[in-house]
Amino acid sequence: MSLSGNWYLALSAVLFAIGAFGLLVRRNVLVMFMCVELMLNAANLTLVTFARMLNDIGGQALVFFVLVVAAAEVVVGLGIVVAIFRRRSGEGTTADDLHIMKG
Amino acid sequence: MLGVLVVQVAVATKVDAAVFAIAAFFVLVGAIGVVVARNPVHAALMLVMTLFGVAVLFVEQQANFLAAVQVIVYAGAIVVLFLFVIMFLGVDRRENIAFEPLRAQRPLAVGLVASGLAGLLLLGVAAHWSVGAHSVAGQLRGQPGGDVAALGRAVFTTYLFPFEATAALLVIAVVGAVVLVRRPPQARRPDREQAAAPGGDGPPGDRTAGDVVGDPMDALAQAVANAVASGLVSLPEDLPEGQRQEEPVGESAAP
Repeated sequence: MSLSGNWYLALSAVLFAIGAFGLLVRRNVLVMFMCVELMLNAANLTLVTFARMLNDIGGQALVFFVLVVAAAEVVVGLGIVVAIFRRRSGEGTTADDLHIMKG
Repeated sequence: MLGVLVVQVAVATKVDAAVFAIAAFFVLVGAIGVVVARNPVHAALMLVMTLFGVAVLFVEQQANFLAAVQVIVYAGAIVVLFLFVIMFLGVDRRENIAFEPLRAQRPLAVGLVASGLAGLLLLGVAAHWSVGAHSVAGQLRGQPGGDVAALGRAVFTTYLFPFEATAALLVIAVVGAVVLVRRPPQARRPDREQAAAPGGDGPPGDRTAGDVVGDPMDALAQAVANAVASGLVSLPEDLPEGQRQEEPVGESAAP
């Protein structure tokens, strides 16, 4: 018998919290992206755990789609980062540099 | 809660508990490493560690196919994409983490995240973690072919339409990425003449970051331009004059 699902859910809650903390604290846009990936992985782990606990394949199918969306999100997000970096001619990739809309 | 968990650990086999403990250790160390690493390259490598740990936890929970996809897509593609962009932009230098312009941000973040996590865990203790109907989209266990076949059947029957929609999503993402990193044609031409001029190529160190960034992408942009010219893809800027003028009129009439 495998370990109780509660452990997995607690672990994914902690993982999500670490990702959220990093997203709030870090200023490098690329590291912020990685923290979003951490949060997505925490959600994926939760879905797989629920799929096992409820004996339902739907959770795993949802993880499949989350993976696709995460890949698309990273591609477009990094494209935006490259475009911003190029337009600003290499001043840096921190979120503080993107203050053009500041009133 | 803790007593219940300890009893459950005793019921579970020791191997499962050990695998979970080791994988959880790597997941948490990797996640903390992503947050505290000064160098973005180190953060990306720490992310790989977390992703492998999550893949092990997937295997542990009968999600073999997703574990393989996790390693191939996340560790193999997404992290490589991250590293590629980090190297590409030349931002792999150490960052001063101790400097924080907004003084209230870190305590506020700690408070928000800690209260959210505590609320979530307390909710889990007070209520059942998972409630709901069992096996709506098909059973996970006891299927012929195991979880891989069960997942394939679910994706290609119950979730066929979302699966088709992801194909459109991926195409849109690819086209969007190419359009985003494309240089405007005016900026591209003098650059190319410079590169073609004899003696214009200095050592790579002499180039500015913008030049290094642009070169490989020119091929992609050229491919898009060719596709536009051959009528495969239509970009907004390539619309005929009449259509381009109609658009603002339609927007203003819409509300």
